[in-house]
Amino acid sequence: MRETEIAVVGAGPAGLCAALAAASCGAAVTLIDREERPGGQLVKQTHKFFGSERQDAGTRGIDIGRRLSERAMSHPGIRTMLECTALGYYADGVLCLEQNERFIKLKVKRMIVATGASERMLAFPNNDLPGIYGAGAVQTLMNVHGVRPGDRVLMVGAGNIGLIVSYQLAQAGVKVAAVVEALPKIGGYAVHASKIRRLGIPILTSHSVKEAHGKEVLEGVTVWRLDPGWRGIPGTEMRFDVDVMCLAVGLSPLTELLWQAGCEMKYVAELGGHVATRDDNLETTVKGIFVAGDASGVEEASSAMVGGRLAGYAAAASLGYCPDFETKKKQALWELAELRAGPTGEKIRKGLAALRGEAC
Amino acid sequence: MDEDRVIICRCEEVTLKRVRELLDKGLHTMDEIKRISRCGMGPCQGKTCRPLLAQEIANYLGIDVGSVALPTFRPPTKPVKLGVIARGDECD
Repeated sequence: MRETEIAVVGAGPAGLCAALAAASCGAAVTLIDREERPGGQLVKQTHKFFGSERQDAGTRGIDIGRRLSERAMSHPGIRTMLECTALGYYADGVLCLEQNERFIKLKVKRMIVATGASERMLAFPNNDLPGIYGAGAVQTLMNVHGVRPGDRVLMVGAGNIGLIVSYQLAQAGVKVAAVVEALPKIGGYAVHASKIRRLGIPILTSHSVKEAHGKEVLEGVTVWRLDPGWRGIPGTEMRFDVDVMCLAVGLSPLTELLWQAGCEMKYVAELGGHVATRDDNLETTVKGIFVAGDASGVEEASSAMVGGRLAGYAAAASLGYCPDFETKKKQALWELAELRAGPTGEKIRKGLAALRGEAC
Repeated sequence: MDEDRVIICRCEEVTLKRVRELLDKGLHTMDEIKRISRCGMGPCQGKTCRPLLAQEIANYLGIDVGSVALPTFRPPTKPVKLGVIARGDECD
């Protein structure tokens, strides 16, 4: 059976940084990703990042992803397995993989789960019509594959993903009819919302989808205003004739491997659903299994990179590598606190406090 | 709302109408609904429908969505051809 010291599942921002951190200490790392190239969601993030210089602020997500991928692919301590899916984790430390229709067993000493998150769906009539996409899927279609999803779009969700993808749709020459948000206020950063508003795209808060229309494909969407109890108010319906609807209504952490391993899981709405309880080192209740990135709680790429780095160093340190771990850990925790400071980090701070069983 | 046109599980084409029928019959857990309707047993293995079904159960029972028990997660995480598993690991 093949063996590795540290398996990192997922080569997005968290997984890449975890693999690089662990390998830089001398650990033998296997980095696994389902896609044909590493980078995770960074491969489509054409916008510039915020944060401080340490977290590559001002650099486009695609460039950060490319740089990290090149470093990981050329690192002698990292074996990268692409187009490779983690199928299951077993209690004896065996990770089962599938790559090009081949079944592979990998005996791992440590595992870092950096599997990311999946897009949430909504339940409304005709929600299976072609033309209804996750906003992230549309961003992939446009920015990775160069395909226009359609001519007129209704965006559902005014968080950062909804706002950024709306702007990029407009840049690609697609008409964005409106952005609809169920909450009474815009969830994303004001700088993204302002760009949308300057283009003349209306943002309708306290509105949601009533139903979609169409025979074979999407032809239109009816939205309505919500009362404070989240119920639609009859008489407030508005119809948009669109051939695309994007759902940007949140992400759910991808946690199958953690459940399989028997990690203690807790539901925290602010973190996107069930996530693993863990210590300061991002180690779960199952010794040797670590979490990082959106799989550990939906946040954003900058903190995923720092969290990944911390998990990578911690996993390496637990194997006897990384003699200056405490210094590196302090630095990472300080950066995370900085990224989560201020009003934009309130939700994540609340979620992490709930996960630790504390009141915020 | 036309519950028959609301899809909860895309892979297995389980509608909201079907879910509510099962809830009315007294099937109040995700596991029971899964076993009867195959909700969550398709190619995506519940990635899309799991939160929708949990929310529907929570609404029906008047409980918090976080307290709805999820079904057991078992390998494999995605459908794999039997031949792939039958051939085994060539390194063994």
